[in-house]
Amino acid sequence: MYPKWLWRVLALPGIAWLIALFLVPFYAVIGVALGGVDPIFQNPVPAWNPLQWKFSSLLDTLEGFLPGHEYWRIFLRTTEYVAVAVSVCLLIGYPVAYYVSRHARRSKPWLIALLVLPFWISYLMRMLAWTNLFAPAGLVNELLELAHVTRNPPDWLNGNPVSVILALVYGYIPYLILPLLAALDRIDQSLLDAARDLGASPLQTFLRVTLPLSKTGVLGAVVVIGLPMFGDYYTPNVVSGSPQTSMIGNLIDIFFHGGPQPSIGASLTLILTMFLAALTAYYLFTVNRAHRESAP
Amino acid sequence: MRREATRRSRGSRWLALLTWGYVLLSLWPVVVAIQFSFNAGRSMTSWQGFSLTRWYFGDPVYSVWHDPTLQSALMQSLKLAALDMSIATPLGVLLALGLTRWRSPLASASNFLMLLPMVTPEIVTGVAFSLVILHLFVFLHPGTLAQALGHVTFSLSYVVVIVRGRLVSIGRQYEEAAADLGATPWQSLRYVLLPLLLPAIFASLMIVFAISIDDFVISQWLSCGAGCDTVPIRIYGAARARQTPAVNALAALMVYSTLIALGVAYLLFRFLTRGERASGTSPGAAVTTVGGLEW
Repeated sequence: MYPKWLWRVLALPGIAWLIALFLVPFYAVIGVALGGVDPIFQNPVPAWNPLQWKFSSLLDTLEGFLPGHEYWRIFLRTTEYVAVAVSVCLLIGYPVAYYVSRHARRSKPWLIALLVLPFWISYLMRMLAWTNLFAPAGLVNELLELAHVTRNPPDWLNGNPVSVILALVYGYIPYLILPLLAALDRIDQSLLDAARDLGASPLQTFLRVTLPLSKTGVLGAVVVIGLPMFGDYYTPNVVSGSPQTSMIGNLIDIFFHGGPQPSIGASLTLILTMFLAALTAYYLFTVNRAHRESAP
Repeated sequence: MRREATRRSRGSRWLALLTWGYVLLSLWPVVVAIQFSFNAGRSMTSWQGFSLTRWYFGDPVYSVWHDPTLQSALMQSLKLAALDMSIATPLGVLLALGLTRWRSPLASASNFLMLLPMVTPEIVTGVAFSLVILHLFVFLHPGTLAQALGHVTFSLSYVVVIVRGRLVSIGRQYEEAAADLGATPWQSLRYVLLPLLLPAIFASLMIVFAISIDDFVISQWLSCGAGCDTVPIRIYGAARARQTPAVNALAALMVYSTLIALGVAYLLFRFLTRGERASGTSPGAAVTTVGGLEW
């Protein structure tokens, strides 16, 4: 019906755009990371020819991630924050998604609308709201004093790791709940009925049917929030701003914005990307295996 | 049996409590922040009476309307969103059409490429873009144009995902019917496919608007300085500085505009898909698309 070349031609501008403005920029990161440095001005001199790539500076940067070296602590801290924040997100998000998917009846559309609402409110608006609440004279401290929890409420906004983790949870949890909800909604209700008919208690049904069936959904949701969290630098900056709580993203940010050597920043960016690509590859591998196992 | 039923309902009552507690707590800070944009006094933490307009345009020095830095941030955000919507939407619709119907190994490779911007942490995209402008595309400078190009690059994938979902769900039978009735390829594109795609196109426009308005990282990495600051960049700068409720008013304006865009798009979507309800197209689908992206 349509000429054969039509779809190719329609796809062309978009593909060209992505090559020119996504792939080529990424190639520039590689070029700068593996290029040289001007000996006088310390400016990076990118190498565009792969034959001229020098891996020594990348390896030097990579060595910094070994235990005891300069980036080890910041890498450990980032992993720790992300791991704790993702776990807290799951502990809150899973039951919420489960309730909305399985138990909410008339209120379900309303709950979904309210769960989607944070998507439409700017992330930094939510962070601003968060800092206002946790300010020294803010509502949270007022409540703590009213409840006689403490006379000297903590300083939340100056290098407090708890605030950073809570802010990460608050910022990213909506992005975890919705994919999780979609995954739980996909589970066939008749499987749960079958489990109940065969005498399983609600708890057993959950543990032996729902939970295993939602495993790939959980992993997917963890990837959805874990990847951007690893590259986050604005959340720690807004709620803490102290080097005590900086993450890898802050390190990259500092190397580029007024920092000493952008080429080290480029190497760090490259390392972060490879690390996250490895995590994603592992996730895709797990999902693939799960699909193969479930298919007869 | 009966005991089990009550136990189950008690369990679900706890879950209900947790769920509603979470939902309210997640929105509470935003409600408080918007409330303080109506504070009559300068405090960010203590309520000093209600003033509808002071921080929006009433205050001759500090209000959003009269503070040049806040006003220019608002304009910059809206300008970028408009540019992003007008470039990313047509580009994405064409790409979605192409990628859905072009069968070749190259198409699957392009499909993979299209998904990459969505899974790349924004700081990586930001670094890459600022380096390519500095070293390779030297004719581009940090500024509005570069920011707009960056916004388009990472909102493109969302348009493709939304439009492709719609394309798959409408199938090809309408176009085939049109061809049987003698329509030329151009006519069936223009009079059959385009009207059927309109709901997805409106959904894309709205999502691109929301993504662009919300974006902080790309805008910051490609900013030319104070003149290119967007609303999120102003909020970021103000969050750690002494501020007036005008910043809350600025942020609140963004919330209002997004919610209005959302409402308009929802009504349009319902209007355009009227009569399709039975075929399983949920009107909320467009709204939840961003969150429910298939993984």
